[in-house]
Amino acid sequence: MGSITLRNVSKVFGEAKVIPSIDLDINDGEFVVFVGPSGCGKSTLLRLIAGLEDVSGGQIVIDGQDATEAAPAKRGLAMVFQSYALYPHMSVRSNIAFPLKMANIDKAEIDRKVNDAARVLNLTDYLDRKPRQLSGGQRQRVAIGRAIVRQPKAFLFDEPLSNLDAALRVNMRLEISELHQTLKTTMIYVTHDQVEAMTMADKIVVLNRGRIEQVGSPLDLYRKPANLFVAGFIGSPRMNLIEGDYARAKGAKTAGIRPEHIGLSREAGTWDGVVTIAEHLGSDTFMHVEVSGIGTLTVRAGGEFGCRHGDRVFLTPDESKLHRFDDKGLAL
Amino acid sequence: MATTHTRSAARLMMAPSVILLFAWMIVPLGMTIYFSFLRYNLLMPGMEEFTGFLNYSFFLSDPAFFDALTNTLLLVGGVLAITIIGGIAFALLLDQPIFGQGIVRILVIAPFFVMPTVSALVWKNMFMNPVNGLLAWIARSLGFQPVDFLASVPLLSVIIIVAWQWLPFATLIMLTALQSLDEEQKEAAEMDGAGFVSRFIYIVLPHMARAITVVILIETIFLLSVFAEILVTTNGGPGTQSTNLTYLVYAQALLQFDIGGASAGGIVAVILANIVAIFLVRLIGKNLEA
Amino acid sequence: MARKVSTRRKLVMSAIAWTLGILIFFPILWTVLTSFKSEGDAIASPPVFLFFHWTTENYAEVQSRSDYVLHFWNSVVMSLGSTLLGLVIAIPAAWAMAFSPTRRTKDVLMWMLSTKMMPPVGALIPIYLIFRDVGLLDTRIGLVVVLTLINLPIIVWMLYTYFKEIPGEILEAARMDGASLAKEIVYVLTPMAIPGIASTLLLNIILAWNEAFWTLNLTTSKAAPLTTFIASYSSPEGLFYAKLSAASTMAIAPILILGWFSQKQLVRGLTFGAVK
Repeated sequence: MGSITLRNVSKVFGEAKVIPSIDLDINDGEFVVFVGPSGCGKSTLLRLIAGLEDVSGGQIVIDGQDATEAAPAKRGLAMVFQSYALYPHMSVRSNIAFPLKMANIDKAEIDRKVNDAARVLNLTDYLDRKPRQLSGGQRQRVAIGRAIVRQPKAFLFDEPLSNLDAALRVNMRLEISELHQTLKTTMIYVTHDQVEAMTMADKIVVLNRGRIEQVGSPLDLYRKPANLFVAGFIGSPRMNLIEGDYARAKGAKTAGIRPEHIGLSREAGTWDGVVTIAEHLGSDTFMHVEVSGIGTLTVRAGGEFGCRHGDRVFLTPDESKLHRFDDKGLAL
Repeated sequence: MATTHTRSAARLMMAPSVILLFAWMIVPLGMTIYFSFLRYNLLMPGMEEFTGFLNYSFFLSDPAFFDALTNTLLLVGGVLAITIIGGIAFALLLDQPIFGQGIVRILVIAPFFVMPTVSALVWKNMFMNPVNGLLAWIARSLGFQPVDFLASVPLLSVIIIVAWQWLPFATLIMLTALQSLDEEQKEAAEMDGAGFVSRFIYIVLPHMARAITVVILIETIFLLSVFAEILVTTNGGPGTQSTNLTYLVYAQALLQFDIGGASAGGIVAVILANIVAIFLVRLIGKNLEA
Repeated sequence: MARKVSTRRKLVMSAIAWTLGILIFFPILWTVLTSFKSEGDAIASPPVFLFFHWTTENYAEVQSRSDYVLHFWNSVVMSLGSTLLGLVIAIPAAWAMAFSPTRRTKDVLMWMLSTKMMPPVGALIPIYLIFRDVGLLDTRIGLVVVLTLINLPIIVWMLYTYFKEIPGEILEAARMDGASLAKEIVYVLTPMAIPGIASTLLLNIILAWNEAFWTLNLTTSKAAPLTTFIASYSSPEGLFYAKLSAASTMAIAPILILGWFSQKQLVRGLTFGAVK
């Protein structure tokens, strides 16, 4: 079991209102990702749930019980920190066993659980090493191992992959997703990387300046961003945002169209423009096209679209995929 | 971390240190300031009376004060010059790949751990003694007249002894700074065609600037208060030739029992040290933020 | 990055470094050698380096003439006593400043540093008079108190810089893992803080052992540590080189050995963490 409900939760540091007020429901077994730019309050929110910071107001309910005042250890949550926070003076085995030892579980039981966790995480050969003798990915696994042996109600991840290199990050992303499939435990995952959010989450919570901008499944957010912030944040490359006459003609302050929803041709189209930069990725080609009266648009072309700096191209937006926003930035 | 509970506990935990240090600073200083305005001699108990700034004007107009001030500055300046230049040279040398680096390092550092009275006595008797000292023997075997160091160049002798004690400190700090210099930066400079000298001037020296400043300031704090070396070797003499401010105040208080005058001298020393301290606090404060 | 260095260059550099190193170390070496000579050999001209009649009689002589053991013990008591007392006072303070900093923490640290900069002559006279009046002159207790106070800022600072390096996330992890405050201290904090505390202890013993302003001014005989004891060799015993050397060797040997272990901490402690 691991449902978590936040009611009116706020956090104030001195003068600064980091989180004005947040309401959120997290269901048992869900993989929830808090995503937003740095300083948006996502880590603070996680630390409030963990109990590492006192809330300034509101209520945190875990499994139907008010946990607002409960000490971190009493909440039944496990956390994986950005720096992994492994105990440097303990072996991998002792690190993983530490929470069990704190819970006064008997030795044989601890050994069994540690060995199980080590097997799942491919750490069996490293159990007697010290953290400093491990690679980044292995440290990450130890931190996860330390979290899973407790069989917590929920896992909290604070940007756990940000210290890993790109290739390893993709691997660990898969491993954490698989872990979630196996354990079916609630996971709350904080990241600033929208790709991680899109690929891992059941539910994404987009945060900005301490406020929730939108909550929804990855595809919900992709298809129906509630406002300009979410529209700009979710999706890669970013959505093209167009103001001016074109938007006005569509009855909006701002019109948005994703790079993958613009048709490309060498002969004819709605707009014509000049390619300034073409990025060939092999599977895709991203082009930056200068269109007079509109601005620079990013366009995705399939595969090996042969095109170079200075080429003239024609663009046609798929108007059924057009997003419209009013002068407050809200979706129409 | 930040719960109100831990914050008040923190205040309680800091209290003993803060209170003790505050008392240690304010009580003696207050008393010294008070004494400095009194006519107060231990040989004439019960005769204390308020004299205003008389002690200060006596102390500051005493020719011994001027000598002591000059000697203090020469001592600090001389030792600084020797240790900084020597320290950089040694650090550069020890940073090279050499055989038995660890042992050389230990040899160079050793003098810092010798207590001041021991180093002063060893230098005074076994090296600088004009009859049996090793330096006298070297002079004689080279055909020179041995120098009676402590009688003819007392201040220089003290400077040599103190510099010997502080050279290791400067070396150690310079070496630490040098070793933290990014190897790639040096390699980049080499690729850019910088020779050893220009690498030293444009890359190494700026990198060590902070360490050099720290050495200057910290040594200055300690060197302003050099005492044991003078007491044991020259007793400030001959005359006042090797008397520094610290020794002058000591002599006035505990040899002439003039508490008032000595206190005025003490306050003058405090003011001088404060001028140095302001710079040091600024510097370290800046590093604390970084 | 192992760089290619020609062996010849390395040899030349080594020769220079060794020569200078031995030159710097020579006064200490000479003292130790002389302590094993007879008084006659000690002032022989030309000086004898290794080929003399080795004897340990000077050590026995120093002890029988001036109760060396008492002064050695005084030095031990006062350096260890003042350091331990200082640690007891400073650990909580450094702890609080490192883990529960407020906006004023930096100012407090700076202020502590500034007390260290007050020249001792500014405080000598009142302390001397107070000690005289309450009977603390030439007592171990008096000396321990003064040495504790003069080294307290360094102790707090050193501990602070070490504690600061313990990442807060690790303590939070322990809290999440269900450790109570007591268990957090026993299993996580202490093992991580001990190296720093040990370094601080070491450096402060050295500083206290070699302190030669307050010890010289506040003690004369029965509480005199080795600094004062050696100063009394100024004359006429100082002319007996072998005995002076024996006494000196015994006074510096223990701290020299401790000192070699604490090179790194020395830099950090004496620069208040500005150079690491």
